[in-house]
Amino acid sequence: MSTKFVNQEMKSLHFNPRKPASAPVDKVVGAVSHTALTIWSLIVILPLLWTFMSSFKTSSEIFASPFALPSQWRFDNYVRAWTEAGIGSYFLNSVIVVGSALVIVMVLGAMCAYVLARYTFPGSRAIYYLMLAGLTFPIFLAMVPLFFVLKNMGLLNTLPGLIIVYVGFALPFTVFFLFSFFKSLPHEITEAASLDGAGEWRTFFQVMLPMAKPGLASVAIFNFLGLWNQFLIPVSINAAGPRVLSQGLAAFAGQMGYAVDFGALFAAVTVTVVPVLIVYIIFQRQLQGSVSQGTSK
Amino acid sequence: MKTKQRRNDEALAAVVPATAPPAVRRRRKPLTWDKISFFAVFLGLPLAIYLLFVIWPFVQAFGYSMTDWTGFSPTQNFIGLENYVKIFTDDIFMKAMGNNILLVIFLPIVTIILSLVLATLVTVGGSSKGQIKGLRNSSFYRVVSFFPYTIPAIAIGIMWGQIYDPSGGLLNGILTGLGLDQFKDFAWLGDKNTAMIATMFVIVWGFVGFYMVLFVAGIKGIPAELFEAARIDGAGRFRTAVSITIPLIRDNIQTAYIYMGILALDAFVYMAALNSGGGPDNSTLVMAQQLFFTAFSKGQFGLASAMGVVLAITTLIFSGLVFLVNRLTGGDKDVSI
Repeated sequence: MSTKFVNQEMKSLHFNPRKPASAPVDKVVGAVSHTALTIWSLIVILPLLWTFMSSFKTSSEIFASPFALPSQWRFDNYVRAWTEAGIGSYFLNSVIVVGSALVIVMVLGAMCAYVLARYTFPGSRAIYYLMLAGLTFPIFLAMVPLFFVLKNMGLLNTLPGLIIVYVGFALPFTVFFLFSFFKSLPHEITEAASLDGAGEWRTFFQVMLPMAKPGLASVAIFNFLGLWNQFLIPVSINAAGPRVLSQGLAAFAGQMGYAVDFGALFAAVTVTVVPVLIVYIIFQRQLQGSVSQGTSK
Repeated sequence: MKTKQRRNDEALAAVVPATAPPAVRRRRKPLTWDKISFFAVFLGLPLAIYLLFVIWPFVQAFGYSMTDWTGFSPTQNFIGLENYVKIFTDDIFMKAMGNNILLVIFLPIVTIILSLVLATLVTVGGSSKGQIKGLRNSSFYRVVSFFPYTIPAIAIGIMWGQIYDPSGGLLNGILTGLGLDQFKDFAWLGDKNTAMIATMFVIVWGFVGFYMVLFVAGIKGIPAELFEAARIDGAGRFRTAVSITIPLIRDNIQTAYIYMGILALDAFVYMAALNSGGGPDNSTLVMAQQLFFTAFSKGQFGLASAMGVVLAITTLIFSGLVFLVNRLTGGDKDVSI
């Protein structure tokens, strides 16, 4: 450590290890900290609460007073959003696309990371760096040619096309994250498995994969958030296909323009936000742990 | 007593290094069907998808960028750098690029400072007696701050679009409620002086919680002895944050700066949701929007690919600059513990 923290003078003035009572400064700092954090929490929560409340109001109620509770809790906004605006089917499409892509990318990503982390062969380093490169390029650059790749394969505007592209773009992060994970698993276990007569396949699926569970869970959460959030890919290569949630939501907001059904719009946003928020609150410990894990390497 | 015990354990954990993984053994084994099929599927399959759907389009983009392809014409003529000349003489694209550069400078700085402050309050805002600890109930703040990160960006954009709504939005409702009547019908996204700032705030709102959690993790990884040593030396909280916390989580900050910068160079979703037309006087137009419009509305795929290349090169230059600045300011030396 090259940095000198403080000079000797200050030390003699302030340092008193035997001082018993709690310093009043602590209380001030504590109060200021709590205030600052509370203000930020309010900035986060208020918009969400307002959206939630507005989703039960009529458009005229929303405009009359932004704070008032709805005069009556109208669920018809949700019915309209779910059926007429198609949020229900978009939601289902999103679940299908994100769910399938997630399963595939986790399996393929784990396999790829496993091979790259535990086998050395000519070109393994190059493949790893090629994977890393995918993390740094802006997706935008790929969208135009990707449009034609999918068109030529007949996958444009289809859910399978969307799934496979999601897999491709989620792969680098998955491999990158799991690479260090597989690298850290002890080699003795692989050897024990092979002595017991397990082949490469069996060793992976029955020994290594279960051991990597914590890592897999973290990556799965991040991939889920990333893919559920995806907007550019569907609007570029699935413009005329069955819409996913983020795409449908944007279309709904755009098409409304001036013809106003704000209640239904807020209901649609709420439907998009709430399920993930609930899942997050349940799994928040796991997720916060994975943030630290993913970045400390 | 109990806390003392825990502190000792932590000290021990910090001193004893984790056992290093044994060196990879290289032993040639005969190729079996098991092994061949294993490599073909485990490496071949993911790699094939990755090359076809990610790498190949990236490579193609460079090629397309030098043609006059419209996407529908059967022919594509090689026109060299003409597209690039067109881009750099296009006032609207240059305006978009300027907006991106504005975003890439301010967005990471604001987000990182705010999340760093909040992370510091959460981790070391507690009592100055005994073990270094955070505020009570601080996990509540962490959980709540992370909420926006779980919300799809497009939903964030639509939500804030309504909050900024001049006549029925939450923001003007609050401001007039506070007696600031001049904001009664103020269009935050419709005024070219405020559109960009309002938009930036939305993005900051979405990401502060994520980086706060990241920094909290970084700060918790710093051995408690360092904080205690500083405290014994008489360093105040601010001094500790500046002289210990920030230098030691410097790598996290650099990562955050790069991620946030790449996001700022894209920013498509937020802009599309908040001001799909580019904002008043193109004040919130970004390169990505212009690219999307050129490709999928005007059908000028060659030109759009060139825009993509410009965007990619800007991103690379940006990342390079961050690394360079970090290195020049001694990023490698300071972090050794």
